[in-house]
Amino acid sequence: MIRLNINGKDYEVDVENDTPLLWAIRENAGLTGTKYGCGIAQCGACTVHVDGEAVRSCGMQASDAVGKKITTVEGLAVNGTMHRVQKAWIEHDVPQCGYCQSGMIMAVAALLKDKPKPTDQEIDEAITNICRCGTFQQVRAAIHTAAGSNA
Amino acid sequence: MNFIPKLDRRSFVVGTAAAGGGLALGLTLPFGNALAQTASPEVNAWVVIKPDETVVIRIARSEMGQGTLTGLAQLVAEELECDWSKVTTEYPTPGQSVARKRAWGDFSTGGSRGIRESHEYVRKGGAAARMMLVQAAADQWKVPASECTVSKGVISHGASSRSTTYGKVADAAAKVTPPTDIKLKDPKDWTIAGKPLKRLDTVEKTNGQMIYGIDVKLPNMLIAAIKDCPVFGGKLKSYDEAKVAGMKGVKKVLRVNDSTVAVVADTYWHAKTALDALPIVWDDGENVKVSSETIAAWLKEGLADDQPAFVGNQNGDIKDAIAKASRTVEAVYAYPYQNHAPMEPMNATALFTGDRCEVWTGTQNGEAAFAGVLAESGLTPDKCDVHKVMLGGGFGRRGMTDYVRQAVAIAKQMPGTPIKMMWSREEDMLHGKFHPVTQCRMVGSFDDKNNLTGFRMRLSGQSILASVLPARMENGKDPVAFQGLNPRGEAAFGYSVPNLLIDHSMRNPPVPPGFWRGVNVNHNAIYVECFMDELAKSAGMDALEFRRKLMADKPKHLGVLNAVAEKIGWSTPAPQGVYRGLCHHMGFGSYVAGAVEISVLDDGKKIKIHRIVAATDPGYAVNPAQIERQVAGSFVYGLSALFFGECTVKGGRMEQENFDTYDSMRIAQMPKVEAILMPTGHTPWGGVGEPTICVAAPAVLNAYFNATGKRIRTFPLKNHGIGFA
Ligand code: FES
Ligand code: FES
Repeated sequence: MIRLNINGKDYEVDVENDTPLLWAIRENAGLTGTKYGCGIAQCGACTVHVDGEAVRSCGMQASDAVGKKITTVEGLAVNGTMHRVQKAWIEHDVPQCGYCQSGMIMAVAALLKDKPKPTDQEIDEAITNICRCGTFQQVRAAIHTAAGSNA
Repeated sequence: MNFIPKLDRRSFVVGTAAAGGGLALGLTLPFGNALAQTASPEVNAWVVIKPDETVVIRIARSEMGQGTLTGLAQLVAEELECDWSKVTTEYPTPGQSVARKRAWGDFSTGGSRGIRESHEYVRKGGAAARMMLVQAAADQWKVPASECTVSKGVISHGASSRSTTYGKVADAAAKVTPPTDIKLKDPKDWTIAGKPLKRLDTVEKTNGQMIYGIDVKLPNMLIAAIKDCPVFGGKLKSYDEAKVAGMKGVKKVLRVNDSTVAVVADTYWHAKTALDALPIVWDDGENVKVSSETIAAWLKEGLADDQPAFVGNQNGDIKDAIAKASRTVEAVYAYPYQNHAPMEPMNATALFTGDRCEVWTGTQNGEAAFAGVLAESGLTPDKCDVHKVMLGGGFGRRGMTDYVRQAVAIAKQMPGTPIKMMWSREEDMLHGKFHPVTQCRMVGSFDDKNNLTGFRMRLSGQSILASVLPARMENGKDPVAFQGLNPRGEAAFGYSVPNLLIDHSMRNPPVPPGFWRGVNVNHNAIYVECFMDELAKSAGMDALEFRRKLMADKPKHLGVLNAVAEKIGWSTPAPQGVYRGLCHHMGFGSYVAGAVEISVLDDGKKIKIHRIVAATDPGYAVNPAQIERQVAGSFVYGLSALFFGECTVKGGRMEQENFDTYDSMRIAQMPKVEAILMPTGHTPWGGVGEPTICVAAPAVLNAYFNATGKRIRTFPLKNHGIGFA
């Protein structure tokens, strides 16, 4: 039994030491917004924030997240107000199937914290999530919108 | 257009009767099956209007990202004349459809037919509902319906200055006799359809609330992880259950079918961990001898003229043209196996109670999934149902029902316990329904005046239909193999050549094929459109001019080709170091063309794509904003396939198991797509989800030749050491 702090709430989760954080979040904490795509840190569908950093949760052991602040897509809005990345996503109608978008949004939210006005090149370097539907064009436009709203 | 309609989110109970033993299942699903729980009576099968004016539009086709849910709702709403901001949607279930004599028509969502094959009857459904609502108001006011007008869900009678709303008359409208004479609006007068409206399902895709198959939760549910014999056609010989029986969370190890074993546990992680530890003995069978090399050799034989083949398109006398040619040009191309790799691996949740079986899953074809449930459960249609949830991508893969049947087969062995069966990415890669392999030999003949006198194309390779829909074969011939090569119809060849022969030597290796987004136009377009550039080069002509000469009687093909040529600036020189390529094709009732600008680095080992221009003529455009997204996404899918997409066979099984060996494009590699949407009003309507994919690769390949002088004829590009810059 370990304690995970997810979206500001403590969860006592019964997992083994090597259980990936992804599955602790999805199955033990019951937060299914974070998605499984590959399990080998390739696709980014499982991206969450751990102490504010974007982390591919399939590649991190849940036990290594003890004592840290974990944020999932469900916890991105604050007091019912959507994060500016979510707002930009809605404005640009970004998602197609949407399955990759939780991870995409979390990766972008972390990028904007580091670099409030990322250049296209900085976006290219930081956002390496796979989207099989191919929403990249809208993703890029929405990042710029979100960055503008931060000014 | 910045309104965001509220999604119809509700909790509902799948009836206790459904669960047999008085078990009530509470679950929240955004587009779940809640027809039975809708308190308001329906106006007709397509439309329910609630007292609060919420308009529930029923959608039979599946949403998998392509925007069909929103597009179909627009078509119904257009004729219904309702307030779009009040529109929500729901899926009827296949079980309800059966009970109501297929009131919602076809559920299948593939072949880009979601909208193009149902627009007429869904529009009629909306129009009929409107007429009934107006009639109900007119009856109350005792005035002729013809004196009433309607706008945004408000019905008015001008003469008496009375008005009412859809919500107020919906109950009465449900009792009105449905009209038989229904006139549809001229698309010119559309105000909801044809507009770039926002999707109806976006909010929940940005806050983690959307429920995909992998997210389904039922009380007391257990999770199953499975392994199917990796060798195609192999069998499950035995497994040593004792080795994992005591592992944490493990509830049961069971044989799913002839070739598959499952571990059922309290969580997926426990099920997967135990499955990985489970000693399994497979009976690989005959196919262990099959490899990519043996398949390629067999297909190569099929390229010879003397091998039996089915003719798909023919005119003139190709033999004579080649015999009399002043010169001929010949080339051989090949296309590999590819996995659909939707972001969400296959999964399905099944509950079997002995006398009832229900399934929750993302499927492109509710009715096919339903048939799978019937077959596997052995129950009758009135005892089964399928509840559709959002698909984390489909691309054709989720039109198949193998995963649905597996879930039922597991649930059947654990009656009363809901089982969510989840595939790993590895399982998904090994047990795809793969883009078929083909090879192609083409010969072009020229006379001494440099005119193309003959075009001969021999396809050799796998038929999807033969495996998936054998009933649609025509005397042993797969008509779909000639997609984009047909003399006429929804996938017609774009050139007129005096002597023409296109035929197919069908060879079906023991690898299960499937409809992979774009289907057979993907390789057919590469073959024809790259070879057209080869012919143009041989003729010493510009690639566009050469094509135009052969397209005098193909105005619609030419329309999209000219559009991309103009936009990319074909008649003006490209910037220094930048090279262009273009192509066109037809599939799924739509004409498509692409043009690109690229530069190459590292001695041709790296390609930088600077511009992509794409033109689409689908006849009618229901939601231009969503079409643009489908077109842009098609390039990501098509270029991922061109650069990275190959599943290789060794020892009778696929070698690639995850995205580390089966890569996909990232944002850095993808330029903006400049989409030209040019509907010319043809019927039948064309689709948009698939056709564009096939022009992505040839445009880049032709530009690559112009940049390097190297003609690539086998794929993916990674096999040539070529990647993205
Ligand atoms: S599931 Fe974690 S990166 Fe793919
Ligand atoms: S929106 Fe479908 S995978 Fe990205």
